[in-house]
Amino acid sequence: MRKILTLLALGLSMLTTSFAITTNAAAWEPNKPIDFIIMAGKGGGADKMARLMQGIVESEGLANRPLVPTNKSGGSGAEALLAANSATDPDHTIMVTLNSFYTTPLRQPGLGIDILTFAPVARMAEDTFLLWVHKDSGITSFEQWLKVVKKEGKNWVMGGTGSNSEDNIITDFLNENFDLKIKYIPYKGGGAVAKDVAGKQINSSVNNPSEALGFYKSGDMVPLVAFTDERLPMFPEVPTLKEKGANFSYFMQRSVVGAPGMSADAQAYYTNLFEKVYASAGWQEYKSKKSLMGDLMSGNELSAYWEKQRGNHESILRASGAIK
Amino acid sequence: MEIVSALFDGIYVALEPVNLGLAIIGVVVGLFVGAMPGLGSVNGVAILLPFTFVIQNFTGGATSPMIFLAAVYYGAMYGGAISSIALGIPGASTAVATTFDGRPLALKGKAHVALMTAAIASFVGATVANILFTGFAPVLASVALNFGNPEIFALMLLAFATFAGLGGDDFPKTIFSICFGLALSAVGFDIISGEPRLIFFDIQGFSHGIRFLVLAIGIYGIGEMLWTINASKNKTTMTSVEINFQSMTAALLRFKEALKGTTIGSFLGFFIGILPAAGATPASLMGYGITKMASRNPEQFGKGALDGVAAPEAANNSASTGAMLPMMTLGIPGSPTTAVLLAGMVIWGLDPGPLLFSEQPDFVWPLIGSFYVSNLVALIVNLAFIPIFLWMLRMPFTILSPIIFVLSLVGTYAAYMNMFDVWLMVLVGFGGFFMRMLDYPVAPAVLAIVLGPIAEPALRQTLMQYETFTIFFTRPIAAPITIAAIILILLPGLKFLLKKINK
Repeated sequence: MRKILTLLALGLSMLTTSFAITTNAAAWEPNKPIDFIIMAGKGGGADKMARLMQGIVESEGLANRPLVPTNKSGGSGAEALLAANSATDPDHTIMVTLNSFYTTPLRQPGLGIDILTFAPVARMAEDTFLLWVHKDSGITSFEQWLKVVKKEGKNWVMGGTGSNSEDNIITDFLNENFDLKIKYIPYKGGGAVAKDVAGKQINSSVNNPSEALGFYKSGDMVPLVAFTDERLPMFPEVPTLKEKGANFSYFMQRSVVGAPGMSADAQAYYTNLFEKVYASAGWQEYKSKKSLMGDLMSGNELSAYWEKQRGNHESILRASGAIK
Repeated sequence: MEIVSALFDGIYVALEPVNLGLAIIGVVVGLFVGAMPGLGSVNGVAILLPFTFVIQNFTGGATSPMIFLAAVYYGAMYGGAISSIALGIPGASTAVATTFDGRPLALKGKAHVALMTAAIASFVGATVANILFTGFAPVLASVALNFGNPEIFALMLLAFATFAGLGGDDFPKTIFSICFGLALSAVGFDIISGEPRLIFFDIQGFSHGIRFLVLAIGIYGIGEMLWTINASKNKTTMTSVEINFQSMTAALLRFKEALKGTTIGSFLGFFIGILPAAGATPASLMGYGITKMASRNPEQFGKGALDGVAAPEAANNSASTGAMLPMMTLGIPGSPTTAVLLAGMVIWGLDPGPLLFSEQPDFVWPLIGSFYVSNLVALIVNLAFIPIFLWMLRMPFTILSPIIFVLSLVGTYAAYMNMFDVWLMVLVGFGGFFMRMLDYPVAPAVLAIVLGPIAEPALRQTLMQYETFTIFFTRPIAAPITIAAIILILLPGLKFLLKKINK
């Protein structure tokens, strides 16, 4: 067994030395591996994106210490928020967040999380949402969809990731504004939702493009409407919900935040780091390939964005009765 | 025929010196990672993912990095069996079922037979899976799509039934053990509503749930050690091991006793693996349960049946290949390890999904070719290392037990990086020991904690969508599975009742 340990240690040390590429960046630099919390499970959109960021940092040698990703998906992000909030070394703790960053503290005030205490490092993108059905449903337009769903009543099933989540909010909006009775089934991840639409286990979804792209290209899944302000370059023939007369658009933030209590120097370091990631060819290619929107945002601008988004979500959740 | 020529081209690329070298290094690294208690294929692949960017900078393309990671994955699947058999601590979650019979064999001085059987069964399982994968990948992808929540729950029910319905163990105690495991699996944040459940004493550590490896290492590492200490009562014991050419050949010949387990494990494992919910751990446990059920000597299981070693090992290797199928053809990972591989493929610039096979044949076929090559490499490397692993067993138990203790602590910490899980693991070890003293079977509890988190959301989502239990009896795939499961559960219950009445 000792032999095994020695060999393993040898292997690991070889690995670490091969990555010890130093950069001559700002005054503050991490002096140990950086805890990189992912607010979602392995394999979902957020996880893939986080690992892409880690990959870009590694392959371009942007940081002198490695990012060590850990998935904390429990409780719609509550587990991740608690872990970051109680981090013993906030200067070495950063987290990739989704919209559960706003909704989970709103729904569970008992967690004692104030998101404005988190350090605004960088907003890397805003993910978009589309309404999807299976091609065999024969539905090709939003108007046709409305007609069918109205007729089906509560037999129309929409799958989505988690309860009171992004997907749930959009479904609630459709139900209220178009007088529908869609039944919403919460799933663990967006990949499983897309798979069940493609397998005709459920009727529709509001997947992000990155989750449904494979089935869209193979022709199994058909997008009907986009929940964006303008048509997406990747789906030029798909109208927005705004064109259909509803004043509604919805985006998912993909932001990197620092643990509460992070020093200003460390925050500046990470903002600089993720600005480089944002500018890299790899990130820009991914952004356009997966139909992501949103420009880079950091510092006070990002804090203000969070405050505004938190307000929006508070009124959405209040309207749907998820919070009182 | 098109497939065959594509496969041979693929194998040819996989045999290029760079790729073959990477496959060998990957298998050896994977073997050791898998053999370390606590660390399994998911840790190996996640730790080495950044290293693949270096490979990609060197070779271009995504093929070589993927071949390397797939080899690590394979190696870890082989390696997991080693500490399960030699030390009784599961090397990885996928190898827990291997301890059930592998450890008793080792205590009887038959560790070499168990290790040999495990290696060959792994090879057969992976080969069967590779052939099925090569021939039927697109067809099987549509099978996976037809598996909705009702089907997944029916399958989980069948898995529980195979454990409840087996002769030998006390039926009520088995049911109690399953329920206990299910209760433990409910601890932590609820997947569907996001609400915290069963957070004992408001300790934050419970919020992520009771991790499977904490339970497995506790029960099989610490619990087993306590049991052996208790059983040996101050006598200095030492496991006898024969290491010579004759004993190895004899061990090889005994593989014919494990044919049934290998066959069941290979096919069942592949099938469980392609479902995008399960993975290799449930596959190995179910392979074990079904083989025990199909065996003519079920009472031998748990005491050192070779089928009991072969079935989980064939199943976990077969399922690992199977899990690649939904990842590559649907872009949906079937297990935690394939989730990391999927992330890797995205980083290397690939687009896994229904079109991967037609758009990226230059990536797909060399990768599939490398499955065949890595598998053979893993078998050879594993067989070569068996004598080294057997040396460990020559240590007297007074020395071995502190080593097991330390490895259990280190292994748990390495897997989750926090002390709460380490303390919980020790506590579980004592719990497992007392369960064993009172003659409660622990394997059903272990199965329940693996399958609970898969079965529970599947059941709740089904009921939310269809609002009736009859759905399990009306869907064409779910119905036969559900009925088979119910019959299996009822059989021993009836037998048990009859026995009571006769008395």
